[in-house]
Amino acid sequence: MSARPALLAALLLAACTSAPDPRRSGLELMKPATQALQRDDSQNPAMLWVQEGKALWSGAAGTSGPSCADCHGDASRTMRGVAARYPRFDASLGRPVGLGERIAQCRVRQGAPAPLPESQERLALEAYVALQSRGLPITPDADARLAPFRERGQQLYQRRLGQLNLACTQCHDALAGGQLGGSVIPQGHATGYPIYRLEWQALGSLQRRLRNCMSGVRAEPYAYDAVELIELELHLMQRARGMPLETPAVRP
Amino acid sequence: MARALITMPSTARRGEVIEIRTLINHPMETGYRRDAEGTLQPRDILRRFSCRFDGELVFSAELNAAIAANPYIGFFTVAVASGVLSFSWEGDNGFAQTESRTITVT
Repeated sequence: MSARPALLAALLLAACTSAPDPRRSGLELMKPATQALQRDDSQNPAMLWVQEGKALWSGAAGTSGPSCADCHGDASRTMRGVAARYPRFDASLGRPVGLGERIAQCRVRQGAPAPLPESQERLALEAYVALQSRGLPITPDADARLAPFRERGQQLYQRRLGQLNLACTQCHDALAGGQLGGSVIPQGHATGYPIYRLEWQALGSLQRRLRNCMSGVRAEPYAYDAVELIELELHLMQRARGMPLETPAVRP
Repeated sequence: MARALITMPSTARRGEVIEIRTLINHPMETGYRRDAEGTLQPRDILRRFSCRFDGELVFSAELNAAIAANPYIGFFTVAVASGVLSFSWEGDNGFAQTESRTITVT
């Protein structure tokens, strides 16, 4: 066997590994002061929600139900990597669900009142669970049943919406790095949700952010937990595949 | 009760300068904003923060309407003796919360 194919393979490998990843997390576009806020847990206001999530994790669900910890044990062990794989397919509903909705379902099954989307309880638990995957690469679930939903998410990402007639891709792919008013347009990688957004002065989910963008282009936003938002999330996570999860991130 | 996060060393050498960082969950509603219906949102802010060491005032701050929600307050102090540091936040609508942390000085 000649050495040529081996050399070619080595060159190809070198080319593949040395090509820089063009994807950038929104973290890199922020001012140093905002970056410091995210990087230091003693200053990151999202840690207030994480602390609440930790208390909820070991407290009873509803009035008498078991706590999360009764079934799932120590979150730092059992929830490690979980958030990096969501959304996942729910066989009983026949559609994918996001992490927040999954937590809400579990609470209801254990006899607690359903935590509403964007409620303190749901955001706090979501942030606490997602924190256990901080730094791990985003690894979308390979479940074949997700494929048609992911495909529809990609189509929605490219579809023009609203009175301004804009698609996600027009800003977040074609104009990323440019300016919209005073702010830099990020590439739209959902790597740190739920995020503490300075504009909101509170923690919020990816769905809240997506709905924000939809009303921004004068479209009617989809309802919370609507399958369209989950499809979009599936596509975004596929797009951000391999990027480290930053939850709980801070954004301007 | 509001969630509060206090970050400080649990032990220190005598005379050492220590950093104390605090965060508290509070909306800091300014009193100048209107909701979707146009009605003025009543003011609900923290007015005062104080840190005491065994009853003696170590640090205090007055807070005003222009301070963001979930205020972060960080300060430095000198560790003189072992004891209890208490942190209190007082605000509108009778808001009052006190947290305490012990420090061991060697």
